[in-house]
Amino acid sequence: MIVSVNINGVDRSADVEPRLLLSDFIRHHVELTGTHVGCEHGVCGACTVLVDGRAVRSCLMFAVQADSCEVTTVEGLAGEGGEADLHPLQEAFREKHGLQCGFCTPGMLMTLVPFLEENPSPTEREVREAISGNLCRCTGYENIVRAVMHRVEQGLTGEARAHG
Amino acid sequence: MKPAPFEYVVARSVEETLAGLAEHADDVKVLAGGQSLIPAMNFRLAQPAVLVDVNGVDELDFVRVEGGELRIGAVTRQRTVERSEEVRRLAPLLHEAIPSIAHPQIRNRGTVGGSLVHADPSAELPSVMVALGARMRIRGPAGERWVAADDFFVGLLETAVGSDELLLEVAVPEAAAGAGHAFLELQRRHGDYAMAGVAAAVALDGSGRCAGARIALLSVGDGPVLAAGAAGVLTGETPSAELFAAAARAAAHDDIDPPGDIQASAPYRRHLVEVLVRRALTLAFQRADASGARA
Amino acid sequence: MADSLIGQGIRRVEDPVLLTGRGLFVDDVHRPGMLHAHFLRSDFAHGIIGSIDASAARAHPGVVAVYTADDLGDYWAKGPLLVPPPPIEGLVFNEATAGPLARGKVRHVGEPLAMVIAESRYVAEDAAAHIVVDVEPLPAVVDIERSLDPEAPLIHEELGTNLAARVGQSKGDYAAAAGGAHLVVKRRFTYDRGVSGAMENRGIVADWDPVSEKLTVWDTTQAPIPIRNGLARLLGLMESQVRVVAPFIGGGFGPKIMMFYPEEVLVPWIAMKLGRPVKWIEDRQESFFSTTQERGQVHEAELAVDAEGRILGVRDVFIHDTGAYDPYGLTVPINAQCTLLGPYEVPSYESEFTVVFTNKTTVTPVRGAGRQHGVFVMERLLDFAAAELGIDRVEIRRRNYVPAGSFPFNHKVLFQDFADLVYDSGDYLPALDRAVEMIGYEDFVKGGQAAARAEGRHLGMGVVSYVEGTGIGPYEGARVTVEPSGIVRVATGVGTQGQGHFTTFAQLVGDVLGVGVDRIRVTTGDTGEFNWGTGTFASRGIVVAGNACWEAARMVRAKVLALASKRWGVAESELELVDGSVRVAGDPGRSMELGRLAVEANPLRGAVTPGMEPGLEATAYFGPASGATASGVHAMIVEVDPDTAMVEILKYVVVHDCGEVVNPVIVEGQIHGGVAHGIGNAFYEQLVYDDDGQLLNASFMDYLIPTATDVPSIETAHVVTPSPLNPLGVKGVGEAGSIPTGAAFAQAVQDALGSGAPDVCEIPLSPNRLWEIMEVAARSGARPGHAEGGAS
Repeated sequence: MIVSVNINGVDRSADVEPRLLLSDFIRHHVELTGTHVGCEHGVCGACTVLVDGRAVRSCLMFAVQADSCEVTTVEGLAGEGGEADLHPLQEAFREKHGLQCGFCTPGMLMTLVPFLEENPSPTEREVREAISGNLCRCTGYENIVRAVMHRVEQGLTGEARAHG
Repeated sequence: MKPAPFEYVVARSVEETLAGLAEHADDVKVLAGGQSLIPAMNFRLAQPAVLVDVNGVDELDFVRVEGGELRIGAVTRQRTVERSEEVRRLAPLLHEAIPSIAHPQIRNRGTVGGSLVHADPSAELPSVMVALGARMRIRGPAGERWVAADDFFVGLLETAVGSDELLLEVAVPEAAAGAGHAFLELQRRHGDYAMAGVAAAVALDGSGRCAGARIALLSVGDGPVLAAGAAGVLTGETPSAELFAAAARAAAHDDIDPPGDIQASAPYRRHLVEVLVRRALTLAFQRADASGARA
Repeated sequence: MADSLIGQGIRRVEDPVLLTGRGLFVDDVHRPGMLHAHFLRSDFAHGIIGSIDASAARAHPGVVAVYTADDLGDYWAKGPLLVPPPPIEGLVFNEATAGPLARGKVRHVGEPLAMVIAESRYVAEDAAAHIVVDVEPLPAVVDIERSLDPEAPLIHEELGTNLAARVGQSKGDYAAAAGGAHLVVKRRFTYDRGVSGAMENRGIVADWDPVSEKLTVWDTTQAPIPIRNGLARLLGLMESQVRVVAPFIGGGFGPKIMMFYPEEVLVPWIAMKLGRPVKWIEDRQESFFSTTQERGQVHEAELAVDAEGRILGVRDVFIHDTGAYDPYGLTVPINAQCTLLGPYEVPSYESEFTVVFTNKTTVTPVRGAGRQHGVFVMERLLDFAAAELGIDRVEIRRRNYVPAGSFPFNHKVLFQDFADLVYDSGDYLPALDRAVEMIGYEDFVKGGQAAARAEGRHLGMGVVSYVEGTGIGPYEGARVTVEPSGIVRVATGVGTQGQGHFTTFAQLVGDVLGVGVDRIRVTTGDTGEFNWGTGTFASRGIVVAGNACWEAARMVRAKVLALASKRWGVAESELELVDGSVRVAGDPGRSMELGRLAVEANPLRGAVTPGMEPGLEATAYFGPASGATASGVHAMIVEVDPDTAMVEILKYVVVHDCGEVVNPVIVEGQIHGGVAHGIGNAFYEQLVYDDDGQLLNASFMDYLIPTATDVPSIETAHVVTPSPLNPLGVKGVGEAGSIPTGAAFAQAVQDALGSGAPDVCEIPLSPNRLWEIMEVAARSGARPGHAEGGAS
């Protein structure tokens, strides 16, 4: 069946089987491969994207369920300038070495962006709980938490950006 | 880990849902939040021939107060309930329990009805609804009926909702004056299914005695388990540490026959239930005191 | 020279591409006309294959081909023995490696039986369900202590035994030492299996181009060059016809260096055969069965000490589980055997291990690679000896450290690299003192713990030491090239899985050439870019490849100086390399960008004189004589809830010595990740098999990788004893964090339970298991957690 999804501001349509996972649609049909797949049973969080502004596991939705929805993936976070125009949270991850292999990173970012919008000044404990559904094997989470707290401390600097 | 093929039906109303269920009666499942069903399909443990997607049934997406009851539509997202001021005020036990359900990404999709009908013995919402004495409204080809939570959960992953029926909403009585509550569970990691858990709703009478208690336990049976023995120990008695300990013993030794699995053996589960019930009752009666004081 | 780039915690150059989702991982490779592979795997742990009927699967719409072992013809062959056993007298080793698809027998759940090639992964999985497999199940060998029982079924009949190896090493006279000892403590220790748990599963894409007759393979391997070499041999191609690319890899941790996995053998072959690109991506469920695992050992160990707690000797007899096959030789148990000795002087040592086959997934190194077992045994023995002697646990370690002046220190046992276990350098006391200070040891033992107990809180502390052999040979290489644009290209053969090689190698090269890291492009893991090397393992990247990068850069620098000296007629000593240019010091008029010099060095007319090569390029190799020895101290404070047996880690401190530090931020990150992995091994992660060899927790729902709420904040500090074995003085750090965590955790938990607490001699613990241990002790009289609960 035909599915039409607006991904990062661009309308994408395809004729897909109902069983096609949203994660596979994003990665292999639209070829936005920044969204990663780590478990396909909703535990690791690597495939987290925003559907209509809410963070969800894209491996636990069928692409057809996203019909007429707005989806934001990690590719939609940075500004027009791409790597030179990082989202403040991406900047913070870079500043604090919040990523190593980079595989879990897109899911971390897409979980944290709406979290920080809702809770702009969280405690460290709240940050840890917010990402407790995102597994990382490289960082021990320490520098991810430091990156978020760094971003929080910068507060206004971040909000001034287009994507804050 | 890719799901097997299925036919996909989008329902926009309760009527369309019931029609879809009737048409594909042989092998059909309702797709609500999908946060338990889709993993099972990805593992190919579930291979339904037809899915009727109720995510677009807007008429079942609500939280409202009606006739002294809190009414929550079956396709209301768990995240919506978590943020609902009405829920916080009228059903604080439910409010307290919701953050224990997995993670925000799951609660953003997961629905109240989906969790109740899936009836996983480790799930939080079934136990909470039993403790709160909620009722469920079900509609099917034969019409509508209300079922009390105690009768709603009938076995392992099994409820009173027939294969051609749909859960419409759940109604939770407003917490009365003198009521206290506590939700406690022990998870290996934040967001995991609990090794054991307890949802307790208690009430004090005017003389400071326990007017009644509903204690529902999770992860210790085929579904939510109402600890009637523990409630019997409490009712009519004056709260005390000794009383809570006696009730906890009753819960652990009379009310349950827990299974063992790789995270928690049966004896350990029994032990945890005793600890958790004791702690939950202590907290719930403290709160009942406090609410009495405020009143 | 301007401020050195070495030692600076600069931001990683690879991060922008990863943060914006543009980094290429293997599953991101899309090729026109690409087919998808899926493997049907054994449901049984042990059984005889009767027949496999794939006809219905072959007829399934969208299926291109289905292969069983019988369909592979001459291509079916057993895999190689990657690491032959070291030359130890009396050593017994029985080799058993797996073929790409099971033939005759299956020996563990998940062993591949058939490969389905289809237009999509979805269809391939559909078709696999139609393959009819007839397997006659056999009893499974699961318990490693019963593998050699006479009645145990044989896993490899041709060997006539389930014994994979037996190795003894000794020095001194342990029996005499024990006979004269003031105290001998004996315990039985167990350490169980876990997975590496990289967030990215394995995967491979192969694309054969019949026009250029070249095969390109994208592979999640840690060792692209050996994979290239092996594939060329298997497929009858020249090495120059095969390009293996290990792009961004989502974590390795050891198992991604198993050469060869069945899928790596089959996917390139089928891509050539069908003339279409083929992709296989392991899913999480199959990773629990098919990606190699580690950590199952049982030790019976004893420690002999004098009245002051000085070590007289150690005896250790242990069993190591290699799973169904032993392609990686003895690396893991030898690491356990050697690393047990730790930072201590051990005059006599008697160690024997037995490696057994079981009907479980094959064992190869996972982050730490056997080292944690040795550390666990030794550190716990010291704890028990200290308790019995009434010596402070920190003090007993202090008394036994190899003194600072004794390096190089030869333990006189053979290590995994077949050389004597020699510690190149180290200084253990400062690290211990620092850790003790950071964790607040004195306050804790002199009152903090008791005060908490008086409030009903059960706190415990663990303080442990370890050393880690890192940076072993044979060698790595690097090529450094100055492009006409002034961009410096660096190519090396090692793969990278998040260690920050793009940044640290750039720092090393940039430091030598006076070029900022933003003007340096590092390529790793692409055999099209660099031809020689082995791979990323054994905490060796910075030591072996790093030194090669540095040396190649120095060769380019020498060339730059020679050319500039000649051009301007000045002595080389008057020249400096700054900001991407070479210039005469103090004379801004005589300065040239390196890119321009590179063009001049590659002239269109005139001659390149003998002894000079064109361009600004050099290739260097580095092979250390033996490994560099990193070391450290971990300390933690835990709180145990004695009612529920839940444990929370309140504080974690690491003082680490990895020699000279190239990038302290990256080093710290490596330690954080290792500690989290170690915490997983200590309290969360365990593969649970039933008696039939069925894995009961093959999902991330049931196998518990620690989350952000389970891992505490980790404080780190450094001690630096440079390695004399390489010019940079560096030592490895990749595995360090995960090695002593279990030992520290066990000590801390036991400490929290108070005196009279049961001995904690196993890893992993879990709340359930800890409760059982406490219950057993309670029934036997001591009531841990309650016996002296001040306030209760």
